Amino acid sequence: MKTIITSTGNQLNSIFDLRFGRAGWFCLYDDQSGEISFIENENINSQSGAGTKTVEKVVELGAQKVISGDFGPKAKELLEKFNIQMVLLQDDNSTVQHIIDKLKS
Amino acid sequence: MPRKIRLRKVVEPPRFKGYRPFGVNSKSRKSIDLLYEEYEALKLADYDLLKHDEAAGLMGISRPTFARIYESARRKIAAALVEAKEIRTVFGNAVMDKNWYLCSKCNARFNIPETMDKETCPACNSKHIELINK
Ligand SMILES: [Zn+2]
Repeated sequence: MKTIITSTGNQLNSIFDLRFGRAGWFCLYDDQSGEISFIENENINSQSGAGTKTVEKVVELGAQKVISGDFGPKAKELLEKFNIQMVLLQDDNSTVQHIIDKLKS
Repeated sequence: MPRKIRLRKVVEPPRFKGYRPFGVNSKSRKSIDLLYEEYEALKLADYDLLKHDEAAGLMGISRPTFARIYESARRKIAAALVEAKEIRTVFGNAVMDKNWYLCSKCNARFNIPETMDKETCPACNSKHIELINK
């Protein structure tokens, strides 16, 4: 299964981003192959609809789970419709590596 | 005949059970009950900055009803601040439109889509998860 983790940077030691639609980067982690990649968020500066566009990106990348700090109401509605699991973490000091380690535990 | 009470959708439960004023002895004071739908109306309008008709649509209620709930939320918060009262959140007429769970090991909050395994925390795989809204 593929998971997206919102990230402030494009490294495993980057800090987890609490924002969804306005996250800096998305870390895509595939627990089957162990593959990890980082995708830059193109919608970060869009005036509106960043959440909706980000959901489209999540679907396009084939992720079934998103780990972030908060989701806007429209993003929530859409993610629910696509059966994509939302996971909210409040810890703003975690690195992406730390979150992936927890997923593997 | 009593008016039929419609259930209102709440997108997500509040993250707290209540608020308490700091620096006053509030033990003797009565608390104010904030309904989940009042919390949600305030969040959608003043935090997520949605237009009232959009917010009403998301909550599955009419715009006038939304306006009434929103007004009630603001008055309660104002009263709590001015009178230094505790705020408690209670269920009210709200229904959660999805089930939210909490992991007691890592504090992750999450929903579980129908297509997914229901046993473990999606962040740490702990089996100690509980339903937040019943
Ligand atoms: Zn957990």
